[in-house]
Amino acid sequence: MNIYIQGTGCVSPLETAAEGPFPAVVNPSYEGGRLKVSDPDYKQWIDVKQIRRMSRIIKMGVAAAKLSLDEAKVEKPDGIITGTAYGCLDDTGVFLSKMINQHEEMLTPTSFIQSTHNTVAGQIALLLNCHSYNNTFVHKAFSFESALLDTIMILREGKARHILMGGMDELTNHSFNIISRFNRFKQEAVSHTDLLSSTTRGTVAGEGAACFVLGTEKGECSTSRLADLTTVYKPANKEEIAEDIIGFLAANEIAPANIDLLITGRNGDAEEDKWYDHVENTVFPGQTIGCFKHLCGEYPTAASFGMWTACKVLSSGQVPAEVLYKGTPGKVKNILIYNHYKGTHHSLILITGC
Amino acid sequence: MVNDVWIGGGGVICGIGNTLPECVEAFKSMSTGAATMDRLTSAHRDSFPVAEVKADNETLAARAGLPAHISRTALLSLIAAREAWESTGLGDIRNYRVGFVSANTVGGMDKTEEFFAEYMQDPQSGHLHQVINHECGSVTEVVADALGIRHHITTISTACSSGANALMYGSRLIRNNMVDVVIAGGTDALTRFTLNGFNTLMILDTESSRPFDETRRGLNLGEGAGYVVLVKDSLVSDLKQQPWCKLSGFANANDAYHQTASSPDGIGNYMAMKGALEMSGLKPSDISYINLHGTGTQNNDSSEGLAVERLFAPHYPPVSSTKSFTGHTLGASGGIEAVFSALAIRDGYLYPNANFSTRMKETPFSPVTAFSAGNDIKHVMSNSFGFGGNCSSLIFSMQ
Repeated sequence: MNIYIQGTGCVSPLETAAEGPFPAVVNPSYEGGRLKVSDPDYKQWIDVKQIRRMSRIIKMGVAAAKLSLDEAKVEKPDGIITGTAYGCLDDTGVFLSKMINQHEEMLTPTSFIQSTHNTVAGQIALLLNCHSYNNTFVHKAFSFESALLDTIMILREGKARHILMGGMDELTNHSFNIISRFNRFKQEAVSHTDLLSSTTRGTVAGEGAACFVLGTEKGECSTSRLADLTTVYKPANKEEIAEDIIGFLAANEIAPANIDLLITGRNGDAEEDKWYDHVENTVFPGQTIGCFKHLCGEYPTAASFGMWTACKVLSSGQVPAEVLYKGTPGKVKNILIYNHYKGTHHSLILITGC
Repeated sequence: MVNDVWIGGGGVICGIGNTLPECVEAFKSMSTGAATMDRLTSAHRDSFPVAEVKADNETLAARAGLPAHISRTALLSLIAAREAWESTGLGDIRNYRVGFVSANTVGGMDKTEEFFAEYMQDPQSGHLHQVINHECGSVTEVVADALGIRHHITTISTACSSGANALMYGSRLIRNNMVDVVIAGGTDALTRFTLNGFNTLMILDTESSRPFDETRRGLNLGEGAGYVVLVKDSLVSDLKQQPWCKLSGFANANDAYHQTASSPDGIGNYMAMKGALEMSGLKPSDISYINLHGTGTQNNDSSEGLAVERLFAPHYPPVSSTKSFTGHTLGASGGIEAVFSALAIRDGYLYPNANFSTRMKETPFSPVTAFSAGNDIKHVMSNSFGFGGNCSSLIFSMQ
């Protein structure tokens, strides 16, 4: 059974929250070592009164969901499945801080209610008045991939026609401060043009939401197909992941040489990027490589931005200059997205043009 | 979708027992779990009873074989998951393609809230090891690593229905031949964060909760973990005993009414139960027992009761809420109640609903109030509903 990508929507540090191709102007702000989402005018999709109560991750998620549904021309999907590693961090931080500062007294419910990890999926269901299947995966850098797999398995059962799914995470001042203490981010100033050639440890923090409508029929606007997906947890070494990639492609009857574009999760951390160096050099030597984390920053569900980028490449027939890392792109049909997070969570997503 | 998925075993730790047999004894002796807080430190200690696991972190850590500074959520999870695995007699876990699908709602929040108290004073203070396992998924990985599981690991968080959704996803993994066995369920430790959160919603009872009772005034929070072991057809012969039952049906629907409250008529509840029946090919009259979500709040029990009435009238199977014993264990509840439901089929149990005296005016049925064994229990429905409108229903069947 083929699974088609019928619509996409993305809110990211770039001006992506609109229909059309990959943004022509790419100038993400790296202020203070972190990339913030470029907020669209959320009034397009959400009632003003509700916007005031919503944290950023809810607004981003709802906007990306609505964009993807509009593109797919689907009003009510047969399922809503989200992946978020950190969930609603802002509301969690607000409730936690007040609880401590106010010694557990005089607390109000709003931030607690909105702190649960399934808030985004629940809010989308509420806004669409959608009673169908609703699930949320919260497994670190497999959150988005698990949501994708759940989507694939449900579509294969043949009862659901369209499923709205997506990955989203927000960065807050608290999460940036705390994760920084683990030396996760670069100390020195970098820009998106030099991040990927960095020789030091650390990356830049990011955030965003990317949603997709997947279905078993080719939609009016479908230009891509989700061919396969797999995850690898804690591979022993780089040789193992290279073998896994070859095996994954073989199972899909594609030779590595027929991957027209490899999109990697290269994030500028000199040590972590060695995984990508190894795979590029041993499995895909001389082939065309693209990257995306210099544009959206590093976060556990960033692969969703990678998949959105792949869809834009296939819909426009072009690899945006800002995405191209190595090689000379020809006609692109098969795209493999290889992402890893801290070397522990590796995922492979195969997208083909249709 | 031809292969059946069987329940090969289960494990539970919660406020009424540190093992599954201890929980059954508590049902037999009508020993409920809610009491004054002993381990949790909170300003509300004297206001709200909770159903705590009767062991401190050091004791749990020694039993689990993990360091005592690890989140209690992970300690509870490992203990119940290991009991579940060992009950199957499948032996060395590395001989199988195993998935671990665990649910929780607040991950390592028990440690994060300790960290935050110091961090709020100075952003450079607070021990970082206390936030390492903040993420829900980290808790799952601590347990997966300890058990030696790496084929498929994931975490689900749909508030109070999380554990039930873990069984659905686990069943799909087996049906899609991604793995042969899945340990599926959920875990949650009591935290100040959730206690205060539920208090702001004014749905905590100051006394023992009274699910499905006209005088109910709210829920008691609990903690614990519960997992079943889902096995594929061809592995059934490797079990040391007959499988307990099979997971014959499930459905997940959304109430789409309010972020926290249930719709008055329980449309999401109704759709979940109805969908599960359709998948299992059963009629309402085939159900031998319903393990209710039954939190003890005005809103839940009234909505759930009306949804049960709409689907089952005029013939109601025996029903009860085991939360009247365990308290509401949030992300763990779907897992714990799945184990109780599956065991009910194996051993013919009907579990009592504690603290019941007066039938709710909304519904024409009352819950079971006494424990009994040796009943002919062929099909059990287990309900789990949560914030975000998430409603899930599972059906376990003897054949």
